[in-house]
Amino acid sequence: MKRFALFLGCTIPARLTHYDSASRAVLEALDVRAVDIKAFNCCGYPLRNIDFKAFVQLSARNLALAEQKGLPIMALCQCCFGSLKKAQHLLKEDGSLRTEVNAVLAKEGLHYGGGVEVRHLLQVLHHEVGIKAITKRIARRFAGLKVAAHYGCHVLRPSTVVQFDDPVSPTIFDELVAATGAVSVAWQRRLECCGAPLRGVNDELSLALTKQKLEDAQGAGADYLCVACPFCQIQFDTVQGSMPSKGGKDHQLPCLLYPQLLGLCMGIDKKALGLEANQVPIQGIEGFLAQGRKKREASPPEDRGEEHREGAQRAGAKG
Amino acid sequence: MFFSIAVYFALAIFGAGLLYKVLTWFRSSITIGSSEIPFLKRVLSTLGGILLTLFSVKIFTLLKVFILDVVLNRRILKEDFLRWLMHMSISGGFVLLLLMHALGRYTSAAFFADYSSTINPFFFLRDLFGALVLAGVAIAIYRRFILRIPRLFTNVRDHYAIIIVIVILLSGIALEGVKITSHTIYQQMVKDYAGLDDAQELRSLEAYWAREFGVVSPEVKGPFDAGTIAQGRELHSMNCAACHAKAQWAFTGYGVARIIRPFASGLDKLNAPGLLWYIHIFACLIGLAYLPFSKMFHIIASPVSLLANAVMEQGKSAPAAIATRQMMELDACTHCGACTVRCSVAAALEQIPNINILPSEKIIAIKALASNRELTTKELKAIQEGVYLCTNCYRCTVVCPVGINLQELWFHVRELLLQKGMPELSLLSPLSFYRSLMREEIGHKDYQKPLLKARKVIADRGDVQKGTPKAQVLPLPRRDGEFKGRLSLSAQASTFSVCFGCQACTNACPVVAYYDNPQEHLGLLPHQIMHACALGIRGLAFGANMLWDCLTCYQCQEQCPQGVCVTDVLYELKNCIVASVGEQTGRAVRKR
Repeated sequence: MKRFALFLGCTIPARLTHYDSASRAVLEALDVRAVDIKAFNCCGYPLRNIDFKAFVQLSARNLALAEQKGLPIMALCQCCFGSLKKAQHLLKEDGSLRTEVNAVLAKEGLHYGGGVEVRHLLQVLHHEVGIKAITKRIARRFAGLKVAAHYGCHVLRPSTVVQFDDPVSPTIFDELVAATGAVSVAWQRRLECCGAPLRGVNDELSLALTKQKLEDAQGAGADYLCVACPFCQIQFDTVQGSMPSKGGKDHQLPCLLYPQLLGLCMGIDKKALGLEANQVPIQGIEGFLAQGRKKREASPPEDRGEEHREGAQRAGAKG
Repeated sequence: MFFSIAVYFALAIFGAGLLYKVLTWFRSSITIGSSEIPFLKRVLSTLGGILLTLFSVKIFTLLKVFILDVVLNRRILKEDFLRWLMHMSISGGFVLLLLMHALGRYTSAAFFADYSSTINPFFFLRDLFGALVLAGVAIAIYRRFILRIPRLFTNVRDHYAIIIVIVILLSGIALEGVKITSHTIYQQMVKDYAGLDDAQELRSLEAYWAREFGVVSPEVKGPFDAGTIAQGRELHSMNCAACHAKAQWAFTGYGVARIIRPFASGLDKLNAPGLLWYIHIFACLIGLAYLPFSKMFHIIASPVSLLANAVMEQGKSAPAAIATRQMMELDACTHCGACTVRCSVAAALEQIPNINILPSEKIIAIKALASNRELTTKELKAIQEGVYLCTNCYRCTVVCPVGINLQELWFHVRELLLQKGMPELSLLSPLSFYRSLMREEIGHKDYQKPLLKARKVIADRGDVQKGTPKAQVLPLPRRDGEFKGRLSLSAQASTFSVCFGCQACTNACPVVAYYDNPQEHLGLLPHQIMHACALGIRGLAFGANMLWDCLTCYQCQEQCPQGVCVTDVLYELKNCIVASVGEQTGRAVRKR
């Protein structure tokens, strides 16, 4: 069983607890152990505009804490992941910065020596668990469901630092979506920003960029958006939910978190997945599952394995 | 007579202090939009809320919270076992001492008909409770002064709280010790309770007490023969045993008695028992009179805070009642530091030396703010920066042992300060994400004003270029020779020098792409900012709105064929502006 120090950051425990519970439930079912380190603090991301050293110091403290426990970090947030990776990179490159940061850490008996692996949930699912193992654990597959996977900027770029996937044509998330039986649609703006970083700084611009993305995904025929970052989720869900609706028509594109999507297929308790916690309702997605179940129930039991293999092939073909 | 006057005097000060404190809960306010609510409405609204709660099902919630959180300190236990042990020892021991010992005449005597402080179990329990408090204080001292938890500060009020408890306890124990050894007090007891006249009998009893009870007698000296002791024992059981247990039961006092034995006679002659009695009583009365003004006021305010926060809900409770609750919460804080220990950004203090970053210290600053004391602009700015450097992660609120809704407090104080018009550049960072989610509560006008103010301060610092100047004489921009060298916080920042102006960054930028005429909104575009840096034209680079409208999505950096870390350069420029504006407006200069 692979163990990771779960890095929740600030936003998830305060505003998106179902991302936490859904991820834990899915990870547990997939035999990945999420260990909590209570002393973790902010990744430093929100301070990057204000003070470079404060950002590095906060990030380094987290890295040092994980190193002390001898655990790799698993982040659920794109911005946390990006910041931890960035700090790690800076500390590796710049010896004097490392000395300075470690001198401060030493005050509380910590030290960062550079031996911590930082991973994102999507990487853990894709690389550590693997599409094959995930497909095996899936009980009900989606059928006819079109999902627009949104990667989130800070896992992709700067690619030399984060080393998540190909920054121009990434496939990790698409393969994970395909593993659930859903079709990961191709959409033009899929690698662009959700708009959240400017929320609170320039709301007008932030909202405009979000709208552009939503319209693009809808234009590509997506039924749902799927993300793996609390900021993206709040932007596409909470903020979208508060947008004035056009002509009373339901033009909204519901957005769900990847562990919710996967958890539904794995038959994980809906309470843990927190389906009701979404602002723009996502319950409709179960309709796509019901079809899948009917189809499967109709087919003889020995065909099940066949279907799984097919699913794996399809997922593989996507990649 | 003197004793009664002193007690009533202390009680009067305590009462007046309590009234004054409680009135401030209704008079001052740090809640946005509550400054206009009149005093009377605040009182009525709060009392109404309390009455409604008491006569609703919420009474069960209150009962539960009272038992689990107020009495058993459940919230402390969840965070830290050692601190729970400390607080339970001190609070439990002290309350029991108060009830059984200090108010013994009214409480213990009412429940137990044959109550006397010198018989068991009371005799033993008094010392047990005292020892409990001392053990708690020892843990407190260990935690505050030996353990040295990073960023946990101990101030004068914390010192006072520990000292007053120690003085009360130690003077009490010392008093008991000298009383045990005191021959004068022994003789007084014999006179009062044992109707003995016979000199032989008196000597036998004294011999028995000297041997068994630790009395240090200048007259009878051991070793005693068995006959004397046997007679003394018999006299003791007839005259004393009914009201006086063996001194050893009072184990702390007896311990002291053993230690001071060699000079007990001298102490007795100097009337040490009388002196220690005064010290003990005065310490208790000072503790009582000063209680409303000291950290010990949490004894009253913290339970109120726990109970109020258990039943009050944001959006449902009356704004007037919330304003009152927030003022009360300031008094409920015990400066225990649980919030700071768990704070998400506390470690930033190491690089941004503003103590108001720490929640436990923010509360102190907010107390000063709420007291209507005149604060200097510098102080106000430091508080504003401190309350803004918060990721709104709610951890402080979750762990606060007295249930203060700290998150809500920060939110209100933040808006209150921002409306004073002091620029806050931290607004132009993802820290504002939460503020935007709370936009409805702030109101449109109040929401935009501080943002515009921050942008304006920056614009005043730089040369803002709006649109493309046509038919205009272009002024020669000022060059700053040192500027280039200063962009050196991170190695990436200096990469601007290899930019050859291909505009790949600008073409990749989703923000630039969004605008029809991007320069009008953004000032300089990414490649132009790189160029301005290379030329050392600080004013132009600093004045670009592009810096703050940057999504930090790293598209520009990813696309650069030259390996210029465009996004990182933008970050660095923003850091420089924040630092220089900070210096200009009198904020403590950061160490670099």
